[in-house]
Parts: sequence; structure tokens; C-alpha cells
Amino acid sequence: MDFGIFAVLAQDGVTNAAVYALLAMALVLVFSVTRIIFLPQGEFIGFGALTLAALQGGQFPRLLWLLIGVGVLCFAVDLLAALRQRRYKPLPRRQLLWSAGENLFYPLLLWALAQSFDWSAVPMLGQILFTLAVTVPLGVMLYRVAFQPLAEASVLVLLIVAVGVHFALIGLGLFIFGPEGSTTQAFTDWSAEFGALLMSGQSLVVIAVAAGLIAALYLFFERTLFGKALRATAVNRRGAQLVGIGTAQAGRMAFALAAALGSLAGILIGPLNTVGYDSGFIVALKGFVAAIVGGLASYPLAAAGALLVGLLESYASFWASAYKEVIVFTLIIPLLAWRSLASVHTDEEGA
Amino acid sequence: MSAVVLETRQLSVRYGKMEAVRSASIRLRAGEIVTVIGPNGAGKSSLLNAIMGALPSNGQADGEVLYEARDIGHHAVEQRLGKGLALVPEKRELFTSMSVEDNLLLGAYRRRRRGRSHREALDSVYAIFPRLRERRGQLAGTMSGGERQMVAIGRALMSDPKVLMLDEPSLGLAPRVMAEVFHVIARLRDSGVATLLIEQNSRAALQVADYGYVLEVGDVTLEGPAAELAHHPRVIEAYLGARH
Ligand SMILES: Nc1ncnc2c1ncn2[C@@H]1O[C@H](COP(=O)(O)OP(=O)(O)OP(=O)(O)O)[C@@H](O)[C@H]1O
Ligand SMILES: [Mg+2]
Repeated sequence: MDFGIFAVLAQDGVTNAAVYALLAMALVLVFSVTRIIFLPQGEFIGFGALTLAALQGGQFPRLLWLLIGVGVLCFAVDLLAALRQRRYKPLPRRQLLWSAGENLFYPLLLWALAQSFDWSAVPMLGQILFTLAVTVPLGVMLYRVAFQPLAEASVLVLLIVAVGVHFALIGLGLFIFGPEGSTTQAFTDWSAEFGALLMSGQSLVVIAVAAGLIAALYLFFERTLFGKALRATAVNRRGAQLVGIGTAQAGRMAFALAAALGSLAGILIGPLNTVGYDSGFIVALKGFVAAIVGGLASYPLAAAGALLVGLLESYASFWASAYKEVIVFTLIIPLLAWRSLASVHTDEEGA
Repeated sequence: MSAVVLETRQLSVRYGKMEAVRSASIRLRAGEIVTVIGPNGAGKSSLLNAIMGALPSNGQADGEVLYEARDIGHHAVEQRLGKGLALVPEKRELFTSMSVEDNLLLGAYRRRRRGRSHREALDSVYAIFPRLRERRGQLAGTMSGGERQMVAIGRALMSDPKVLMLDEPSLGLAPRVMAEVFHVIARLRDSGVATLLIEQNSRAALQVADYGYVLEVGDVTLEGPAAELAHHPRVIEAYLGARH
């Protein structure tokens, strides 16, 4: 292998790694805050890419049907919960109004917006923002419907629910989007040649956006009270409860961020890949392998893991392309062994 | 006599079938220190957690919790914090891998008085515990037991409470550090904070408190002004030991 090929593979690997890193961050975030292994992460890749593709193609973003449906479900859950507690406390009118606004009115507003504009003429940034305006609330609603009532359940139960949500979304995805995938427009057609290496602008955009998002996440966790509250929930759930960081609020925030990161990952890979309703799963699994490197707890290690997975996959596709998925996923075995040896069991402090 | 800020009426706590607290009725006035003493497993922590609305998920509270004469029994922890209740739990529950200052700042996540900035709240906690200012960048998990207790109390004070509930603040502390903590509790009273204090160390608790309750296997068996309780033969025998 000469340097040219080596460099091309490295560029490919790092580009993919950037996407895996975003997914790994989201998985670490959701797990550490809520103890949920967020299997449905992959679906958001498809949701993001397909919604953006629909907007760009001048079609109706059909994900809105799902948002409207889940919104109705969400409001029903809120209403039932309020009615069931009526014996102990008065109906929380303000809360129910709020819930109706979020879950019923907001999706309809988006629906009206989707109908009344020619979104294909809007600049790409606007299209991306609209896509996020659909996917992020969907993440929050999924948390409300499927996970919030089980906040105290064991990790295993939460995992089983996550598997259930994953299959439900895959099924609904097929129903809503059909079996065909789409590609989105390129971010840029710029490219530059450095000796033997052809640097694609596309890769640069992906890497830069991912790096920017990771930096923004870092600042969010280190500098803002909300970010610190999420970290605090991950460190000590009861402590967080006692300073008034509600489990539900932290969970909603984690799911909102995870949905945003998942759909942005889909938007980033959209121009280079044909993304269908189910293509996100395998991508998200690679993000999961990366997150395992960080023990589902460490963001820097998860990012390092993403780099490892991306490069390994890229070089494996050169030497043994038929086995590249096998090679990447087999990595999980030595990783788990290493993690179980390296992990220090930190005690909850006993003061 | 100052107004009653916190009162429980017939407050019971159950874990499944097991009744940990039976119809406890206690009262706390503004600027007062009230202590609840009793042996291990009497239900003291259960009582505090029920008042805070923070029972473990298998726990169930019945009866009334009145805060400034309003029933807050169905309020979530967040709302109770917002009204002015704060709890320093038995296990401290610090954010061990975060800095001391971050722990304190998170204490203000739902603070009562919106007017005061986080900075001012921090400064007033640092004024009470100067050592925390020196150690503000240190990870809370690496602090000594006494320092952690200060972080825990400081974190609770950051929410600007009117009622501070302390679950065994002297647990695991050396006598000198313990004296320091009790000194702080006494000083808080002067700033108008009412304190509900749970203690195994009944002698120290009755010395600092104005009023006391004795809780035994879920029942309030005795109550009275702290000075009288300290001379009650049963209290002397069971909680203060022979050397009095
Ligand atoms: N989550 C729980 N589930 C079941 N039983 C519990 C639970 N928490 C406490 N208990 C039981 O309730 C009773 C009262 O416990 P509690 O912690 O309130 O006592 P305490 O007076 O604080 O004791 P200590 O002085 O040892 O802290 C005990 O018998 C305890 O075993
Ligand atoms: Mg206790």
C-alpha cells in the first residue's frame, strides 16, 4: 500500500469516525443520565436524512405523521396520569395545557409550516433546522411515552423497552417511508489536491461539524448549569433529586440532545450514502462499540473509540472488504474484556 | 412565639406492609432548632424523607405535611425546594466527581429567592465554611469526611431554605469537627433558618436544640423542650447513658 492509498483510507476512516463519535457521545449521555441503552439512536439517523431529503425534494416530510401520532399518545399518557392521581391532588390544569401545547399543537404547527412553504427553495441551514424541529421533540416524546414511567426500573428492563421501541420505530419507518432510501444534496463540491491525496470538501465539512458539536457539548457540560445538572444526575441520582433536578427533566434533556445528535449524524452521512429507514441501525451500532470503549461513561474515551472504529473499518475494507463489519464488531469482545479488567468499582461515597 | 413553619399531622410512612413511621405529628417554628432522637431503625430518616417528598420508590407516605399552613403532601421535591425546604441526607449524596464549587452551585438549581445571584449565595456559604472556599476546585469525592459534611450542608444552604433538615450531621465526624458543625447549626438559627435535626448523638442534639421528640419503632413516645427532655429519666437511661 503506498502513501496515497494510506492517506485516502485515513481520510475515510476519520470522516466516519467523526459520525461515530457523535453517536457515541449521545449513547454515553443517555446511558449515564437515564441508564437506558439507547438502541433507537440509529432510527434518528434515518429520520434526519430522510426528512432533509424530503424537504430538499419538495416533498412533504412524512416523519411529521409519526410526530403527530406520538404526540397524541404522549398527551393521552399525561392525561391518564393526571386522572389517576385525581384522588390525591387536584387536576394540574397548567401542566395539561402545557402538555397539549407541546404534544398536540406544536406538531400541527409544524405540519402547517411544512405545507405552506416551498422548503426546497429554503437555504440548507433552514432545512436542517426544520428537520431538527421535527426530530428533537420526537426524541423527547419517546422518552415520555416509553421510558419516563419506568424511570426506576432496572437497566435490563430499560434495555428490553429500548429494543421494543427500536423494532416499533423500524416497523413504523418502513410504513411511513417505504423501503427506498434517499440521498441529500452535497454540502459543498469543493475539493483540493494535496500531492497524492484528494481532500474532499464533504469530508472536511463532516469532520468540522462533528468537532464543533463535540466542542459545544464540552462547553455545555463544563460551563452551563443545565450541563452540570445532567452530569450531576449521572453521578448521583438521589443527590440530583434532592437539589431539584427532576429525573424526568434530566431524561427529557438527554433524549433531546441524543435525538439532535442522531439526526445530525444522519444529515452528515446523507450526501455520501443512500439512507433508508433502517440504515441507521448498523451505523449506530458502530457508535455503540465506540461508546463501549469509554465504558458508556467517558466522553473522551468514547471519542477515541470512535476514531479506532473508523480507522479499523476503513483499513479493513481495503484488506478484507468482505469482513469489515465482522472485524469491527469482533472488536467488542477484546474491548469488553479489557473494560472489565480496567474498570474500577467506584463506591457510592459513604461520607 | 414565632409562627409554625413546618408541621406534620398523623404522618405515616410505609415500605410495603412494614410501617416505619406511625402517625407522627411534629412542629417546627421559625428560627427554632427541633431535634428528633431515637435508636437505629426508629424511622427518623423515613420521617425526614417523607417531609422532603423524597422517599425511596417503595416508600409511601400518608397524612399531612403542612408548610406555612398549606398542605404540600402532593408536591414534588422540586416544588418543596422552591418553597424553602432543604434536606441534607444521611448519605450526603454528593456529586463526587465534580468540584466542590459545582456541588454548591447545583444546590442553587431550584433556589427560593430568585433575586440573589449564585455568586452571592456562594459567598455566603463560603463565609460560613471558609475551608470550602480554599478547596473549591477540589473534587468533592476527595474531601475528608468533615469537609464533605460541610459541602453537603453548604449545598443545601445554596437553595436559601427556610427549613433545613439535617439527617445525622455528626455521623462519622471527630468530636472537634462535630462541635464545629453544631456551632454552624446554632449560628444558622440566628439568621432565621429553622432546623430539623436528626441525631444519634442525643446529648449534643439536646444541647443545641430548643425542642425535641423521641421516636421509637415508628412512634413518637416523648416530646418536650430540649432542656426538659435532657433531664427526663427515660431519656437519660436510654439515650444519654449513665454518665450524666
Ligand atoms: N427502602 C426501604 N425499604 C424497606 N424498608 C426500609 C427502607 N428504608 C428503611 N426501611 C426500614 O424502615 C425502618 C426505619 O428506617 P429509617 O432509615 O427511617 O430509620 P432511622 O431511624 O433513620 O435509623 P438510623 O438511625 O439507623 O439511620 C427500618 O426498619 C428500615 O429497615
Ligand atoms: Mg437514618
